Parts: sequence; C-alpha cells; structure tokens
Amino acid sequence: MSTRLANQGRLIDRSKQIEFTFNGKRMKGYAGDTLASALLSNDQMMMGRSFKYHRPRGVVASGSEEPNALMQLGVGDRYEPNQRATTTELFSGLTAQSQNHWPSLEFDVLSINNKLSRFLTAGFYYKMFIHPRPLWKHVYEPIIRRSAGLGAAPDKELKDADTYEHFYFFCDVLVIGGGVAGLQAAKAAAATGAKVMLMEQNNHWGGRAPVDGGTIDGDTPETWIEKTLEELRGMENVTLRDRCMGSGVYDHGYALGYERLTDHVPGQGGPRHRLWRIRASQIVTATGAIERPLSFAGNDVPGVMLAGSMRDYLVNWGVNPGQKVVVATNNDDAYRTALALHEAGVEVVRVVDARETGGGALMEAVREKGIRVELGRAIAKVKDGPRVTKVAICAQNGEGGAREEVEADAVAMSGGWSPVVHLWSHCGGKLTWDEAQAHFRPDPARPPLGADGEGFVVTAGSASGPLGLGAVLEDAAAAGSKAAEAAGFPAKSVAASQGASEDEAQMEAVWLMPAKADIKLRMKTWLDYQNDVKVSDVQLAAREGYESVEHTKRYTTLGMATDQGKLSNINGLAILADSLGSEIPQVGTTTFRPPFHPISLGVIGGEARGDIFQPVRKTPIYDWNDSNGADWEPVGQWRRPFAYTRSGESRHDAVNREVKNTRENLGLLDASTLGKLIVKGPDAGKFLDMMYTNMMSTLKIGKCRYGLMCTENGFLMDDGVVARIDEDTWLCHTTTGGAERIHGWMEEWLQTEWWDWKVYVANVTEQYAQVAVVGPKARKVLEKLNTKAGGGMDVSKEALPFMEWRDGKIGGFDARAYRISFSGELSYEIAVAASDGQAFWDALMEAGKEFNVMPYGTETLHILRAEKGFIMIGDETDGTVIPQDLGLNWALSKKKEDYLGKRAQQRSHMADPERWQLVGLETVDGSVLPDGAYAVGEGVNANGQRNMIGRVTSTYHSATLDRGIAMGLVKHGPKRMGEVLEFPGTDGKIYQAKIVDPVFYDKEGEKQNV
Amino acid sequence: MKRYSAFAVAREALRYHTGWERAWRSPEPKRHYDVVIVGAGGHGLATAYYLGKNYGITNVAIVEKGWLGGGNTGRNTTIIRSNYLQDPSAAIYEKARSLYETMSQDLNYNVMFSPRGVIMLAQTEHEIRGYKRTAHANALQGVQTEWISPERVKEIVPIINLHGPRYPVLGGLWQERGGTARHDAVAWAYARACSDMGMDIIQKCEVTGVRTEGGRVAGVDTTKGAIDCDKIGMIVAGNASVLSEMAGFRLPMESVALQAMVSEPIKPCMDVVVMANTVHGYMSQSDKGEMVIGGGTDGFNNYTQRGSFHHIEETVRALCETFPMVSRLKMLRQWGGIVDVTGDRSPLISKTPVGNCFVNCGWGTGGFKSIPGSGWAMAELMATGHSPLTEEFSMNRFKEGKFIDESVAAGVAH
Repeated sequence: MSTRLANQGRLIDRSKQIEFTFNGKRMKGYAGDTLASALLSNDQMMMGRSFKYHRPRGVVASGSEEPNALMQLGVGDRYEPNQRATTTELFSGLTAQSQNHWPSLEFDVLSINNKLSRFLTAGFYYKMFIHPRPLWKHVYEPIIRRSAGLGAAPDKELKDADTYEHFYFFCDVLVIGGGVAGLQAAKAAAATGAKVMLMEQNNHWGGRAPVDGGTIDGDTPETWIEKTLEELRGMENVTLRDRCMGSGVYDHGYALGYERLTDHVPGQGGPRHRLWRIRASQIVTATGAIERPLSFAGNDVPGVMLAGSMRDYLVNWGVNPGQKVVVATNNDDAYRTALALHEAGVEVVRVVDARETGGGALMEAVREKGIRVELGRAIAKVKDGPRVTKVAICAQNGEGGAREEVEADAVAMSGGWSPVVHLWSHCGGKLTWDEAQAHFRPDPARPPLGADGEGFVVTAGSASGPLGLGAVLEDAAAAGSKAAEAAGFPAKSVAASQGASEDEAQMEAVWLMPAKADIKLRMKTWLDYQNDVKVSDVQLAAREGYESVEHTKRYTTLGMATDQGKLSNINGLAILADSLGSEIPQVGTTTFRPPFHPISLGVIGGEARGDIFQPVRKTPIYDWNDSNGADWEPVGQWRRPFAYTRSGESRHDAVNREVKNTRENLGLLDASTLGKLIVKGPDAGKFLDMMYTNMMSTLKIGKCRYGLMCTENGFLMDDGVVARIDEDTWLCHTTTGGAERIHGWMEEWLQTEWWDWKVYVANVTEQYAQVAVVGPKARKVLEKLNTKAGGGMDVSKEALPFMEWRDGKIGGFDARAYRISFSGELSYEIAVAASDGQAFWDALMEAGKEFNVMPYGTETLHILRAEKGFIMIGDETDGTVIPQDLGLNWALSKKKEDYLGKRAQQRSHMADPERWQLVGLETVDGSVLPDGAYAVGEGVNANGQRNMIGRVTSTYHSATLDRGIAMGLVKHGPKRMGEVLEFPGTDGKIYQAKIVDPVFYDKEGEKQNV
Repeated sequence: MKRYSAFAVAREALRYHTGWERAWRSPEPKRHYDVVIVGAGGHGLATAYYLGKNYGITNVAIVEKGWLGGGNTGRNTTIIRSNYLQDPSAAIYEKARSLYETMSQDLNYNVMFSPRGVIMLAQTEHEIRGYKRTAHANALQGVQTEWISPERVKEIVPIINLHGPRYPVLGGLWQERGGTARHDAVAWAYARACSDMGMDIIQKCEVTGVRTEGGRVAGVDTTKGAIDCDKIGMIVAGNASVLSEMAGFRLPMESVALQAMVSEPIKPCMDVVVMANTVHGYMSQSDKGEMVIGGGTDGFNNYTQRGSFHHIEETVRALCETFPMVSRLKMLRQWGGIVDVTGDRSPLISKTPVGNCFVNCGWGTGGFKSIPGSGWAMAELMATGHSPLTEEFSMNRFKEGKFIDESVAAGVAH
C-alpha cells in the first residue's frame, strides 16, 4: 500500500490539511500536494482505466508526461475532463473522478476488451466491420464511438464560468524551464543587460535538482535555487513567471506561454488562464529530460512507476508508493530511487539491473545498505491483482523463463532519460541520435532558423543531453550567454556555478525486457499506456508494411495519446527499428507539434467571447433605432435595422408599411454604415480611373457619379456614388460590407503597384452620420428644417440638382447633402458629423411628423431598389458576375486605356453570348419566387445534372405593386422577354415566372428627378 | 491478397497475428512503366487504382518522395460532403461522396466512412440566401441537401449555442449523407489495392526531373534512378508548381499553409460535422473522441507545413462561441499542411502543354473529400484523353475566364 511518510515532503505544508473527494470518497491531503500525491497518500494507487482495453492503471509519472492518471475535475460550469492528477495542485473542496469506466473504477464492464485483446490488436478495425455495409453506421461505429473517448463531455449547455486573457510580451531572451539549468541560463543572459523572461510550468522552481541531490557551489541545490531566484527577482530586466508553461515555439521567435493563474484557487476571481504571446529574439529551452519506461510484461500494472517519479513522491510530497519495491533499471540514476526508498524505510526487494557489469558508485552505495542488486537481470513479468503483487525476475539475455519470483507491491523502472526536445523541434530544430545515452538530443548545428537564417533557439542543461549537475550548469550558462549575445548583448563573463553529483556508469540501451521475450510476453508489454499499444502491435505494423514511423504511429496509435508519446515514442521507435532490421536514427521520429502539453481552448480564445466576441459597430443613431423597434440584422460587424416593427405587427407588415410610406410620404434610412473613403492627392483622379470602370478624373467638382469596381479578373466587386469634393479630393461611397475591403484593396494597389503615385486614402466611414431622406416630401421636410433654423442650404431642384452635392447648413447643422437616390424617389443623402447624428435624426423626425415620416430598414431599402431594377452587390453579384451581365455596359468607360478588370473582361468566356444576363421576373400567379431558385432547361448535362438556364438573384413582395417581383440572371435573358420559365422549388413545387424588364416601377425615372 | 474479415482476424489471433502479409509491397523501381504517377497521396493512389480497375492499365508506378499518404491526405479534418454550388464541383464531389459510400467494401479495407451528416450554419441573412441557393442547385444536381431551421439544428447538434449574441444561428444547409472517413485508411486501402494489382508504390523516391522528347513526356529522374514512362500524372498538391516547373510549364497556383488541430478525446457529444463559415470554424468528433477542428489558410505563400498561431486563435474563438462547452477542453495538437490554391480556388485536372503529361492539383482546402472522384476522373482523362467530370477543370479556364468559383456560397471552402 502507499502511505504518507512521517517526515519527508519538501513541498507540502503539514500544518494545512486539505479535504477533497475522489469518486465520491472524502480524502485528506496537505497544501502543496498534487492530486496524484494526495491520492497516493490515501492508498489510491489505481487512478484510471486505459483507452482501449480498459485496463486498471495507476499513476506512472509525477509531471506533465503522465498518461494514466487523468481525472474529471470539478463540477457544473467549472467541470473539466482529462486533467492530469500529477499537474493538479490540491485545493480545498477539489472533486475528482476517475474516467473511462462503467459502472466504477474498480469494476468496469468494458474491461472485457482486455480479455479480447488478442483479437483487438493494432488496426484490427481496418480489417473488420466491413460487411454488411449499413451495419458500420448503425451498429459498429456507434459501439466503437461509445467505448472511445476518455473523460465525459462537459454538459451540452455548459457556459464556462471562467474567463481567460491574452498578454503580449517582448524580450531579448526567453528562457523556458525554471530548473537549475533555466535559472543558470537566465542569470547568464540577464547579466548582459538583456531583457529576460523565465517561465516554469510548476509552482516550484529548481526542477529535479532538489530531489536528485548533489551540490552547487558547495551548497545544496535548494540553497542555490533560493539564492539565484533572489538575485533574478532583484533585476529589473528579468521577469519570472511560475505556473507558466512554454507551450509552443513558432516562426520568427514567437512563443506561447500558458499560465495557469487560478486553477489552484478556482472561483476566487480573476482569469483562469493567461496566454502569453511572446516575441523573443532568442529562446532558451531548459526543459529538462523525461525518463523512459522499461518494456517488460505487465509494465502497466498499477504500482509500476518511473523511478525518478517515485523519488519525487518520496522527497517532494513524503509519499511512499509501496511497502516492498523492486527497482528495475539500465542506468545508475534509478539507484538514487533505491537509496531514497531505503532512507524512507521502504523495503527495496531487489534492484534488477539489466547491465551485466552493473553500475558505479551509486550501485555500491545501494549495496552498502544491504540491498540485493541483481546484474544482467530483467523483469520477466509483473503480476497484478489489480496492483503489483509479484515480480518475476529472469535473465535479461533470455526469453523470460522466470528464475525467481518475489513479492512486491510496487516497481520503480528506469529505461534512461530523453531530453525534452519538443520546443526545440516545433519550428524545425533537428535532432541527432546519441548512442551513449540512447536518446535523441538537439543538434546544435541545425537549430530552428529565423528570418535572418540564424538559429533562434538554444538548449540548456539536460534538454541538451547532459545529465550530470556539473555539465548541466556549464551548458546552461553557456546557453544563456550565447542567446544574449545572439540577441545583441555582448557576453559578460559570468562564471557558471559549479555543480557536483555522483559519477554515473555508462547506461545500456534496453528496449525489451528480457531481450528475447516471447510473443506472449510481448503482447503484455506496453509502450503507449493510454492507447494500449504494445510491443507486439509495433511489430505487427512493421510486418504489415507500415514501415515509416508515421505509418506505425497512425496504424497503432503509438504516441497519439494525450501525452503525445512523451513516455512511449523512443521505446516504440526502437522496437520498430529492430523489427525492420534498421537503426533508430534511420527510422527517425514523428513530428513534434505544439502544444508541449495540452492547453485550454478557453485560453486560446481569450477575452473575446459573448458580447465582445467581435466588436459591434454602432451608428450614431444605434440607440434610437434600438428603442424604436429595430429588428436587428448583422451586416458585417455592423447591426442594421432589418425593419422597425411596431407592436402587434409582423416583420412582413412592417416592411410593407415602410415601403408604402416611403413611396407616398417620407422615409428616413440610417445610412451611416455606408462606406466613405476620401481619396486625395495630385494623382487621385488617375488612381480612381484605374479603380473604377467609369471615368472619375473628369467628374466636375460638386457632382456625383455612380461607379463600378471590378477585380483583376473582371468580376464586379463593389459599387457606389463618387463625389468630387475639390481639385484633388474625391469621396467614394462603398457598400456597407465593402468599406474595409475596398480601403484595403486601394491600399494594396497603392502600396504594391503604384507606390509612386501621390494619393492618400482615408476611411472616414465612422466620422459621419448619414441619413437618407427619401420620398415625395423629402424636400419639404428639409425646407421646413431650414425655415425653423432661420435659413440654410438651398435644396431646390435648381440649386441642388440630381447627382450633385452641396455643403451647407440644414436645420442649423453643418451638412453635406447628396442628391442621389437608391429608391427611385426624390432623395437626399445627408452627411453630418457623427456627433451631430442623433440630434439631426431627431430634428428630421420631429419636423417630419406632419409629413408622416417613418424610419425604414434594410429590407425596405432592398425592395425599393429592386422595384427600380437597381442591382445590389452581393445579390445580383456573387463574385462571378461582370458588369456586362447586368446591362451596365454604360458604366464601362471606352475612353480609358485601362482599368482594373478591363483586360480580363476581354477573355473569350466574358464575351460569350451564352452568359446569363439580368432580367426582371414576375411569377405568373403573383406569388413570390423562392430565393435562390434556378430555372431549368431541357434535359441533363454530361454529368447527369439538370440543365439550368438561369437563377433568381433577388426576390421580394413588392408592396407598391402588391405582387412578387424578382430579378434574375437568365441565358439570353434580355432577348426572351415575355417567356415563361420554370423554377423548381425545394418544396417540390414548380414556380412559373415570366421574363420582364427589370425596372418594375417608374420606368422613366420621373420621381427621383423632381 | 488475403482478404480482411472478422474471420481472418480471429484466425490470426490464434496464431498471434504472425500470418498477416504486407499491406503493400515495397519494390525497387523498374526501368519502364506505362504510367508514372508522381505523389502517393490519396489522389495519386486513387488515380492509379482506377487506371487499373476501370481501364486495365496496371503497369503503373506511384512514386512518392516521403511516405504514402503523408501529405494533406494525412493532415486534413476528414470531412466528406458534396453540397457545392457550381455544377462541375457538385458533379465531381458527389461522384467522390458516392464512391466513399462503398469504398470499404470495394477495397476490402475499413476506411470508416461515416455518413453522419454535415451542417453548414447560416449566421447572416446573406448566408441564408447563399445556402438556400445551394439547396436549389443541389436538388437539380442530384445532391441531397436540405435547408433546416435553427430548431432542427439544435436537435441534431445539442451542444450548439443558437443564440450567440454576435452571430445567432439562423438555420443551416444539411447534407445527411455527408460525413467523415479515416483519412490514413483511405490512402492505405488504395495502396493495398494498387499493390495487389501489381502496381509499384515506391516510397522515399523523390522526382528530381521530368524528361521530355519532342514535346511529350519520356520519363522522370528520381533519387532512385531514371524511370521511363509513356504518361505522367502529377498529383502532388502543394508541390505541384515545383514539379510542373521541372516539366517546363507554370501553373496558376499558390501554396499556402492550412492548419488544423484536435482536442483531447472526450466521450461522444457531437455526431455530425458542423461548419460555421461566418465565424470561421468547423468541428467534428473523431471515433477516438477528439474534437477535430479546422483552421484558416495563411495569407502568404510557404512550404513549411506550419501556420500562424493567430488563425488557431480565430478558429477556437469561433468555436467557443458556437459550442461554449469546448472552452473547457484542451488542445492536444495543432499542425499544418501545404495546400495548393488556384485563382478560383477550384482544382485543376487537366492536360498540360507537355504531351501525355497530366496534372491534378489545386484542391486547396477541400482535397480529402474528393479523393475517389478525383482519382476516377483523372484516370478517365489519362486513359481516354477525355472525362466529362474534368472538362471544366482544365487549365484553359483561366485563359478563357471561365472560373468555377465556390466562394459564392461559402466564404471558407472546405
């Protein structure tokens, strides 16, 4: 059993007891515990079930590499699945549940899979469930799906109770990892004056050194760590963050830090996680090393742990993982665990060392304690019930014939250490195989390259490969100085601290225990614990030709679990290489991808959620609209009133009322969202002649012209009225959705093609409130306002004719009035300063009362223009329509040598008479054509599709005409006036519509030009 | 080839799976083939397969510079749908979708085609109109789609938030027989079938040159030596322009990084594929339990198979808004692939200025779903010189201005 020791545990505070629950059971731990250490101290070794076979699993590691001890943490809107017990700080009231079992952790029905494991090998599902076909969707897949997945999904209606935030940070040197190497590297870099950030994923600094022992500058590592932290904290150019993990390294020195601010004090205010978005000149990865498991049968039984992690539990948290422990190793480091166990009063039953020659001084120290050390031996098998009960020991060099069976309740294993190379590799840093240590380590000659072709990541300490304390510190100091120098800070000679630790004998690569284990053992020898990938699975993949390491990974799911192969990959590669008769470096690794350890989606999203998911752009008249019945419609980031519904009125009724009233009396439209771009400069006219299909340079000051813009491919992209303000200034109106896009479009041309043209473009959309005053009474209301104000702009037909603009006072407001019309009515679009917008609107509403003024929304805007046959960008156009399709040839200047799209429009298909062209459509029965319906012709095409000969682009009920009207594009349309076409609806009906002129109302244009 | 079946698995289990044979052979290249396919991704392998199956052309080599299925075939978000707007697109994607229906049986390899349904959400009035138009077009194109109400969307996707304050869900375009498949398995299944027909799949074999004689292809130079052939099919996605340059012509195409990511696995919570184009996010749940999430393309060209993180942020933000519960899940892994994007974002399946040299590329962000249809059509084109499915996808369309633009109905084409 596992228990709390009487007096060890450097990280726990025994004066602060903490209560928590696990699977409903109340348990106690101490402040400073992780959930894993607290569970162990309550003799809870079994912490989960594996993914595929639902095998009982205990905690195997002590950090973020843990594949087994994943928990469903918290309840309600703070629930989170798949949280590692090893990285969860204990807090009062913590509720944890183990996952992936039913009905309970101890008794799990799906552990039947374990019994069937002989059938459920790697990739079995590719070979089965093929016949009969419908069963896959309806039977097999649902069963597989239900049994897959780890933690339960959060509630479907869950709204995260927590908030998240993003921080930006810039530094010269970013040091990731706050072990002794990171501290030393940060110190060396900071000494040069460089701006340094040092981050550590845990809530405690110093990494493994305090557990592993040795001395630094003659002191204990802990003393040195405290002293160094003190120094760094005192430096203005150094930022330290703990509980902050280096999550990813991206191109150009971009790195992400994932800070867990309140996971250990949930619900106590403040954001839960913070994402640091860091741009660093140089990045030092001091990310340490991860221990590898040994591959022997039953290496996944609860109670089998990594030797270094077992030592962590003893030293850091005062937890004893078992009473009788077998230590299995191929290197000297595990002897430290044997010593630590002995010191804690735990019986070390055996040290099983695979090396014939055994270890060095550490082994001697263990022997001196009277502990039996067996050389050249291996674990043949661990027996479970369900945790470790017995360990069979055999010769490493054999097939597993057991020579001795010993009683034990825990096993500490060490297959050697692999540097954490993830962050080095994320952005292309290459690895080299280190034969002596049997691990891949960063190749300093092939670092990730920055824009200048120079490396921008340096590794420090055991992340570089060395494992002894002396070498670690030396390497780290050099890395810190090198990084600072590369960031432009001349090196200051700072002597590295002197580390000393026991000399270690050479480790020996052991990829399978025993070396010739038979198939029955190999089928029980785990590589990837969570995904249940065994040695036999990798061998099967190799046999079936899945020889690339990527194929093996994907076929067996090796390394695809939540630890992303931190424990399994190297062992798996070695087995694959062996199976292929190849060498490990030839087999290579799979790609390391961010994040180093999973990070919350919440933090990636950051602050932007709910109301501030995206900014809502509001016109100056927004609040008035909102309190006067606006039925909002999102248009880009704007909100526009679709219609102003009155109480008891349907949307449809409201639209009909607005249309009629505008045609008969007076309507007001909040047109402030309309894009307004100032184009100014000596070359502005020349520039606009290129941007628009029409001639803009010849426009007279004081006049307006409707213009079209096309893409280089000739397709119509935007339209709007352009006004010439003065000699070198034009104001270009764009569509609401087009303002930013067109501004960007203009800038792109000015910056990349015509950079020597003297033109500035400014987007002044939000500087103005713009109101369309529309209807037969439009002039009257303006005159009334001016009368009231004692004078103002002359808005008469003579003084302000159609398609002209004037500056002046209207109702006392500084205003610019454009005589333009998108409705066919007498219409003024009046721009006032945004700050005057509401007051101007109020004045119009007040003065308009006697003319029965009503505001109208976007739907009325659409209907009014459709009745007049005016096209709408986004309705009649969709990125495939050219002006010629819409009968807009008149707007294509023939005098100009060039404009954007001109050349493209000369391509053969653009002049094809078969192109669909704009027409009006009237249903035979007066109903409204369905939106987006297609007209069908005879027969089918070569691919068996019905031939189509046209489509509806806009369709409305016209209140003015009291019937359905539509616009559409039809093959040979303008030549087929009067023909009736058939439009099949998705409702099964066939709609019949007659081709008519697209101008339904006031064909002569008399109403707008009065 | 030994057939896969439950019986075979049981039989092998009894002998510890020692009797399984290789899924595909690993031969050295011969001196001459009738056809060399460059690129052993899904499209290349499918092309080879249908050359053999439909036209009896089996003296074929598929050469691959890396490992088969290692490009975008093994990096995508596995979505299969055919609810495209334009006729040529709907035709080839629907052909592909229908071939996916029986692929496991046809190839005797379970590719886990899962017709769980695909919803494309409409979140603006404009999108509603676009999708209604698509539904009308699809009905005439023989593609089964349906416009559905927000309530129905919620029934199908219980975790969705219909009432996001910025972009409420206003309905959706529903393709019930769309879905997902196991992407790697598609490549492996085709590879196994090709190998079984006697075709040679040659991995770790990079093409370094394309040899022509009198304006026609004569062969390729590779890192494993020269190979003569009568016809070449270039099917290498993001590297298409590199290869075409070797043959002496240029393609109207750019290569950009596209990203995707998965969450940690959780128990099933979403049985369909949901795409939200207004907010730029789409998501499905794999049979393993991971939420599979697609991101956007970078705005600049590159070949690194890495992308800019702000796209991941944008996508995740959209998904937290659309499916609020995902906020408490964790991102397990993000990755990138290089997609080949043409001027109209539709593919090129075409003859080229070089005789007997054919190109199939430009699938951009939508390649996986089209694999069988693309292979079927490309094989027809290569074998007979003409295919109605590829007619409109010729290179000439850029000269003629005859674009096939799908952005009309969906801002993000996936």
